[in-house]
Amino acid sequence: MEQTKRNKDYWRANVALLIKLLLVWFAVSFGAGILFADFLNRFVVLGFPVGFWFAQQGSIYVFVILIFIYVFRMRTIDRRFGVSDEDQA
Amino acid sequence: MSTAALTYLFVGLTFALYIGIAIWARARSTSEFYVAGAHVHPVLNGMATAADWMSAASFISMAGIIAFAGYDGSVYLMGWTGGYVLLALLLAPYLRKFGQFTVPDFIGERYYSKTARMVAVLCLLIVSFTYVAGQMRGVGIVFSRFLEVDINTGVFAGMGIVFLYAVLGGMKGITYTQVAQYCVLIFAYMVPAIFIALLLTGSPVPQLGLGGTLVDGSGLTVLEKLDRTLVDLGFAAYTDGSKSTMDVFAITAALMIGTAGLPHVIVRFFTVPKASDARISAGYALVFIAILYTTAPAVAAFARLNFVDTVQNTAYEATPEWFKNWEDTGLIAWIDKNADGRIQYSAGNALEGGAPVYREDRGTNGERLVVNAPTDNANEVYVDRDIMVLANPEIAALPGWVIALVAAGGLAAALSTAAGLLLVISTSISHDLMKKTLFGTLTERQELLAARLSAAVAVIIAGFFGIYPPAFVAQVVAFAFGLAAASLFPAIFLGIFVKSVNREGAIAGMLAGMGFTWVYIAWFKFWAPEMNVAANWWFGISPEGIGFIGMLINFAVAFIVARFTAKTPAEIRQMVDSIRLPSTG
Repeated sequence: MEQTKRNKDYWRANVALLIKLLLVWFAVSFGAGILFADFLNRFVVLGFPVGFWFAQQGSIYVFVILIFIYVFRMRTIDRRFGVSDEDQA
Repeated sequence: MSTAALTYLFVGLTFALYIGIAIWARARSTSEFYVAGAHVHPVLNGMATAADWMSAASFISMAGIIAFAGYDGSVYLMGWTGGYVLLALLLAPYLRKFGQFTVPDFIGERYYSKTARMVAVLCLLIVSFTYVAGQMRGVGIVFSRFLEVDINTGVFAGMGIVFLYAVLGGMKGITYTQVAQYCVLIFAYMVPAIFIALLLTGSPVPQLGLGGTLVDGSGLTVLEKLDRTLVDLGFAAYTDGSKSTMDVFAITAALMIGTAGLPHVIVRFFTVPKASDARISAGYALVFIAILYTTAPAVAAFARLNFVDTVQNTAYEATPEWFKNWEDTGLIAWIDKNADGRIQYSAGNALEGGAPVYREDRGTNGERLVVNAPTDNANEVYVDRDIMVLANPEIAALPGWVIALVAAGGLAAALSTAAGLLLVISTSISHDLMKKTLFGTLTERQELLAARLSAAVAVIIAGFFGIYPPAFVAQVVAFAFGLAAASLFPAIFLGIFVKSVNREGAIAGMLAGMGFTWVYIAWFKFWAPEMNVAANWWFGISPEGIGFIGMLINFAVAFIVARFTAKTPAEIRQMVDSIRLPSTG
């Protein structure tokens, strides 16, 4: 039973992290790059209309960062619940 | 050395490298053939994934599409990168933990059903063949333009080399050639981009140059100048879109989800040693992809600006060499509507009936004449979007070795993707169809032989499509992403995250999603192309974006059917529990 509860908690922690990261994923691409692009385009930063920048540059940088945050956070979560595969062959 | 000699040299050297790797990395077991023995380092797998993913379309066509679509081109940039977030977070680590060879393997086992496996094989074959046809054609086009050989000769050369390393080396050979191909293609893409960014904006970083100020003394930024120039010529402003927000949303979503559901990409994450390696490997893959994908919009904007500057109001005789070269390959045409001997470029199609059909004779200025009737707008120039990357070094008057490099890079992009696709096609036939469904008694050696034979047959079919491209190839790319989004992605995602979705639910969901998407696309693309206008689309969603709705239908059907049919068996629930944990046991 102990183990089952541990696994359930691990999964819950994983899903909670996923939801947070996917909200950011949605916000930068569908939000800033599409739905609010026209509004953001009124502002120009470093030569870029902001909505256009998110659509063609910014969202891609954020995607990369999100995956690495996920990797490092999951490494901690895996260890905390003792389910890490790091030491396995 | 002349540009042609340099091109032969670069292409010859890279091909020799690929063949060398193929001989070094021969596969000796089905595990090596299917998943490179699951020994690939995450960074190398990231590179291989990037090469696998970035096709002739990414290398040659994407910047051109963005150059002409401006903001609307963002759907490809976000769609083809955002999918990796879904892949890394929702699929790759769990599928690696599951630890079999193919995508249909997972669907067949998780939904305890040969029917589910066959539906997955069907989706996989449709998606992958659609894709591979374009790659072989891409090889032929690069050959014909840069090496001045017949397109078919180019396709044969491409077939020969893919045959060598895909049939000999399987996944192992493909992985290490893809690593080499990534290096070739990214170098080839970046060098001209950096040159052009320096020439136009004085910045060596194309990503910054896109927002930079032009060095032509106008004081305008690249994007301001583009917006003004294009609006003056009657186009929409570069940074504004002309597609509806709803459509941009749906296309981006369909491309992202479709990307995450593409079998040849997913299977790359079966080749790393552990589930945690699959996560970080997806991160590396996206870094390697992002280098090209953040450069492409800069290349696009520079190219469009250069193009307008060079041709607008230029007398035909005064046009640079590249204009005439590309006229000869049929990618550009000029029709002197106002008979002033100068080129006028503006919004609208220059010719009736799309692509130019050339006559034998030439006009008074020496231009190639076309059979097509002129349209009644003022635009005199037909230009194929693919020119933008291929001719960019010439348009910017870069040295010959840069042009040769672009040829080698284009070939690397097309060959690496073709090989990855051929592998998943052959694997699904030898493993899923033959070993797991028809002839369960196949030995390891027989299965390996079957895998090599199916790879050989797949190469021949792909080559056939390259030589006789179905007229609809360009039309059906939407199919590949739409079907992957509407069938494979939901089935895999639900298989991992929702235990209550059972065999009946998954099969019904895949068939409903795929059926709906297929009919919608086929209706607007083939049966009633004249109806393919925004007013007739459901919710204003074009066929390119309908896979998003297909996915929602798949989810809905799967949940409803699962609710009213037998529960998922206990041992399958246990299997799902175990793939959710990175550690074994």
